[in-house]
Amino acid sequence: MKPHVRFDNVSHAYPSENGPPVEAIRNLNFSIDKGEFVAVLGPSGCGKSTLLRLLAGLFEPTSGLVSVYDKAVVGPQENTGIVFQKPTLLPWKNVLENVLFPIRYKSGRPSSDDIAQAKSLLAMVGLGDFERHMPDQLSGGMQQRVGIARALLLDPEILIMDEPFSALDALTREEMGFDLLRIWRQRPKTVLFITHSIAEAALLADRVLVLSERPATLLEEVRIDLPRPRTAETIHERAFSDYTHRLRELIYQPRLKVVAGGAPNKEAHHAKA
Amino acid sequence: MQKPEVLLRRALPGLTLLSLIPLWEIACRVFEIPAFVLPSPSAIAGAFADVEMSRWLGHLWATLRVALAGFAISLAISIPLAVLMVRSPFLSRTLYPLLVVIQSTPIVAIAPLIIVMFGTGWAPRLTITSLITFFPLVVSATTGMLATPPELIELSRSLRNSPTREIWYVRLPYAVPHLFSGMKVAVTLAIIGAVVAEFVAAEEGLGYFVQFSTSYFKIPQAFAALLFLSIVSLALFKGVQVLQALFFRWSLPKEKN
Repeated sequence: MKPHVRFDNVSHAYPSENGPPVEAIRNLNFSIDKGEFVAVLGPSGCGKSTLLRLLAGLFEPTSGLVSVYDKAVVGPQENTGIVFQKPTLLPWKNVLENVLFPIRYKSGRPSSDDIAQAKSLLAMVGLGDFERHMPDQLSGGMQQRVGIARALLLDPEILIMDEPFSALDALTREEMGFDLLRIWRQRPKTVLFITHSIAEAALLADRVLVLSERPATLLEEVRIDLPRPRTAETIHERAFSDYTHRLRELIYQPRLKVVAGGAPNKEAHHAKA
Repeated sequence: MQKPEVLLRRALPGLTLLSLIPLWEIACRVFEIPAFVLPSPSAIAGAFADVEMSRWLGHLWATLRVALAGFAISLAISIPLAVLMVRSPFLSRTLYPLLVVIQSTPIVAIAPLIIVMFGTGWAPRLTITSLITFFPLVVSATTGMLATPPELIELSRSLRNSPTREIWYVRLPYAVPHLFSGMKVAVTLAIIGAVVAEFVAAEEGLGYFVQFSTSYFKIPQAFAALLFLSIVSLALFKGVQVLQALFFRWSLPKEKN
């Protein structure tokens, strides 16, 4: 089977006003199969968000190739939905209109099918009774659900999520994770899920890509062979904690080496400081 | 929350002002302050009643239409200008210093020059009013559009937007709360602009009437006109608030319970 998404030797550097360009990611190689849930795990500020924006076609890599079904990603993609860290809803539109925003924005008038689709998405994310509410009447978690419904409106093949639950409190966050898995079962998508939570990555994903500190390189891919559907019980299983241990080791190992003095990343650290 | 308490809290600013009036009257009588220094409220009220209502309304209308038309022109120029400055960093870099220069030039000082340039009709009055209201409107519209969350811009870009749609659907609505703050400042400035223009060259308007009364030493009458002006100014300010509450309810700052 052809992979759905591929990164081939992708590097990206941002131009900086004074000094050399800032390298965000270096030589990334990976692929995602259709319908696969892949989490990208890495320390804060390591370039995870760059990865997401490259796949969304918001900008192009300095070198290397990002492709979807072997077609290079050039410019914004029709077939991707994005969920951001903050819900970023329009405060002047009600919940239903916020979900319909992509249609309004592209073609002006939503059809009755579009409206039905938006309503069923809202019901699916558990906000069927909140269509007419304004965003500021909703809690953070509810707002992010609206954001998810909005990203799914155009029925994209790829769903990109940029730390979507990181602004929520711990309880809501866990609940949203399970909800996301349910939604993903109902509307199978290829998911690229950016996170800095080890437990979240292990709980949600089929595969976790562990990135190093900036410039981000791929440290390792970890396949999470936990049975689905995953539930609150999954967290208590031995296999789950084995995975989180493994991921934690991968994340912290390079840092420990830095402390010990023999670091492969030492230079990068100095460059950052 | 108790209802009477709410009412009292709302009425408090008005009550404070009202309670000053007897104090003022007493002070004028006890210290025998001459009317040309500070006329007593009763003298002002008398002067107000001495002038026919139709004359007051004539002057009021003359000032109001200059202020409102100047404000409207200013709004119609400043929003497109703000859009241009948000769209183009080049224009922003070149126009902004120019705007600051206009803003820091005292309009009162150049008002006589404007009269010389444009004659004595509507044109100079509208020019002065527009110039004085212009800056807060451009700045608030620009700031508001630039305050749009970057994620929303990315979302609109990912939907393959056209730049016009980005402005119309995302940036301009985001600027609405900021723009209303600017409008509240600008609408009271518009009255100042209209009055300044009337000081320099006019035969009607409340500003003209203040000057006219003063030159005939009818100080209570000048005070009455002045009072009228502040009431108009307040009413316009309130009017902007009401417009915002009616049409842009979402943009009001959230009330704390």
